[in-house]
Amino acid sequence: MSPLEVCRWLEGTRGSIALHESIWVYPIVESVHVLTLCLFLGLTVMIDLRLLGASLSATPVSRVIRRLGPWMLAGFAVMVVSGAMLFYAAPVKTYLNIFFRLKMTFLLMAGLNVAVFHFTTSRTMPRWDLDMRPPIRARLAGGVSLALWAAVAVCGRMIAYNWFDKIPTALTR
Amino acid sequence: MSVLPLFTWFEHSWIGEGIRASRWLFPVIESVHLLALAVIGGSVLVVNLSLLGMGLGRRSAARLWHDTWPWFAGSLALMLGSGFLLFTSEAVKLYYHEAFWVKMSALLLSLVFTATVQRRTALADPDRVTAWRSRAVGLVSLLLWFVVGAAGRWIGFS
Repeated sequence: MSPLEVCRWLEGTRGSIALHESIWVYPIVESVHVLTLCLFLGLTVMIDLRLLGASLSATPVSRVIRRLGPWMLAGFAVMVVSGAMLFYAAPVKTYLNIFFRLKMTFLLMAGLNVAVFHFTTSRTMPRWDLDMRPPIRARLAGGVSLALWAAVAVCGRMIAYNWFDKIPTALTR
Repeated sequence: MSVLPLFTWFEHSWIGEGIRASRWLFPVIESVHLLALAVIGGSVLVVNLSLLGMGLGRRSAARLWHDTWPWFAGSLALMLGSGFLLFTSEAVKLYYHEAFWVKMSALLLSLVFTATVQRRTALADPDRVTAWRSRAVGLVSLLLWFVVGAAGRWIGFS
């Protein structure tokens, strides 16, 4: 079964139809998705700014990550669940949307950036934990993270605009 | 006196007309508004979490206030600028939209509260402020900002 066929099947399920046609649930899920941005992306930005040496400079990097990380992760969990629900409400249209595909690509890259930081750069953290301006690799991780998450957020916003949506006939083919 | 004529004037100004005439200008300004939201949200959360005794802890509040201030002020300026542009493109619709007035009232309250009570509490010696007072201030601030954000999102549903 191709991804498109999976999406088409999803779209026919009861939950998807209920969500799609709901008057209140869909806007509420969308609002949760947007407002949780403050929790998830807001705290990610603060952690990245610390890595860049641009804010919270008097607080050790490890402390910023340890204390803000759990809140950020909780925000991420809400983002994933509410985002999955938004996708579930209109799977075919979303799957075919160019901005959705771009968003997923940037999301994957942002995840890779976190993984690289976690498994390599952060290993040496004890040596620069207190530095107002962490070493170049840490600053790079923070800068790349900011750029990628900004791209994720902007693409997410653009999903709502259907400039490049494939013509309806493409859906039935 | 009604502000409707003023709102109508904004909507027909060259800025409002220009944004409406463009296909991509509104989404681009919206994106700026959204990215600034993340930054302002992050700085507001960091300070309020510490007032609540969570996050980086109550003792960090004064330092966090100073650390996040430039980011708060900068993103607020971006929010107001981009928000004003979005406003001009649909001012008359907003005049009749309850959520818009709720948002503006909550925004005014949030800013006054931030500049007075929250500022004083965050900068005070933590030993001279009871934990409950700090928590109440953090909670009220979070609630006010939440109303601003939620009402803002609600403007889009109409």
